[in-house]
Amino acid sequence: MMEKRTILNSKHLEITLRRLASQLKENHQDFTNTVLIGLQPKGIFVLERIKEILEADLNQELTCGQLDITFYRDDFRRREQPLIPSVTNIDFIIEDKKVVLIDDVLYTGRSIRSGLEALLAFGRPKQVELMILVDRQFERHLPIQADYIGKTVNTLTSQVVLVEWKQNEGQDQVYLVNQEDKNG
Amino acid sequence: MDNLSVDHLIGIKDLTKKDIELIFKTADSFKQVINRPIKKVPSLRDITIANLFFENSTRTRLSFELAEKRLSADTVNFSAASSSVKKGETLIDTVNNILAMKVDLVVMRHPNPGAAKFLSERIDARVVNAGDGTHEHPTQALLDAYSIREKHGEDFKGKKVVIVGDISHSRVALSNIFCLQKLGAEVMVCGPTTLIPKHIDSLGVKVEHNLRKALEWCDVANMLRIQLERQEIKYFPSLREYTMLYGLDKALLDSLDKEITVMHPGPINRGVEISSDVADSDQSIILQQVENGVAIRMAVIYLLAAKINRS
Repeated sequence: MMEKRTILNSKHLEITLRRLASQLKENHQDFTNTVLIGLQPKGIFVLERIKEILEADLNQELTCGQLDITFYRDDFRRREQPLIPSVTNIDFIIEDKKVVLIDDVLYTGRSIRSGLEALLAFGRPKQVELMILVDRQFERHLPIQADYIGKTVNTLTSQVVLVEWKQNEGQDQVYLVNQEDKNG
Repeated sequence: MDNLSVDHLIGIKDLTKKDIELIFKTADSFKQVINRPIKKVPSLRDITIANLFFENSTRTRLSFELAEKRLSADTVNFSAASSSVKKGETLIDTVNNILAMKVDLVVMRHPNPGAAKFLSERIDARVVNAGDGTHEHPTQALLDAYSIREKHGEDFKGKKVVIVGDISHSRVALSNIFCLQKLGAEVMVCGPTTLIPKHIDSLGVKVEHNLRKALEWCDVANMLRIQLERQEIKYFPSLREYTMLYGLDKALLDSLDKEITVMHPGPINRGVEISSDVADSDQSIILQQVENGVAIRMAVIYLLAAKINRS
């Protein structure tokens, strides 16, 4: 039987997202020089929710984009299958902007490294911050830490953190499963 | 399964419909990349590619080279005119010498049909055929079909494409026929009888000798270049006569009761197979073809390189 441990249920997830949005507001105030960029494929769902909360709160539109990091990854040709890219949707220049990169889970840090490199193709940002919904601490391969963290968890390498959203899987929740169970 | 079914790109004939769609999907992403302020991605930084051109080419070579550089691969170029081939070296020896320098992928154009296949069976590197004699020119066919897809949508079912000109000597025509048919389009060839192979209808294409009728039937017309260098004997009385019968000009284009898309693989003989005002008109997607060529070649090289296993 698949063992599934809930990290955040839908109520907690909502509270966490609201707290993250408030922290962003505290640091960026009216967001005039700030852009939010979600990492493909899963960070964009976190971005969507944060954007929704902030836009309702501030009553203004925020500049947001989606960044695909496929071509910047360091595991190309170390996998069985080639990596198939998602869409990049950044129709603005990030030169001298404050960029907040958003992803769902921070694990080894390799995706974020690729994201930072991919970002440079759009200009030289003034500052880059990282927002993460779930931080798997003590699992890093690279010296990368998040500025905004939804929830910190201690996990085993054999475990996987899964984030589900109501528009995709029917309900909002974050949970932990064992790798074998996920594959089986 | 997101992987090409082949290890080399020798011809469209070896590809499946799924392969072609995978290449298109990957090219979509690369097209985004080449329209950014910084047009380069680091995916292939540990790959070395040799471009071997045993036959003259400007556009294809530039396009391949640009694609390779935008993927951050290291490239070496070789052209027959300035090489030991002139001194009597065989193809295998030339290539083995280049491979001894640790090359991962070879892009080759060669005047002999089958040269790319011959090479792929004998060397330990991926091979991309950039045109082998009158056989195939797969990346050209892919970029042509990709350009049609961009203009007319993803579904090729029921799309009608006519290829006009020298079908006999054209590797572009053969690759285009295979590619469009695999995607589900209907294909017609049009030209003087001397330039249409006798049994071409066995490939399932329609044959038409009247340009106006062909254009009235089609959605897309691909006008091939008259390859004067490949015509040892005269296949038609004069260029002037060819232009009168098979050249596409604005008057003919405007007299059709629908708006067709005009393509040309380049280089254009302006005023021969296509007039200047047609080549520069809104209906022509000739320059889009060139842009798409880089994206398609990036996709092909990226997907083939993904199959090179380092570990």
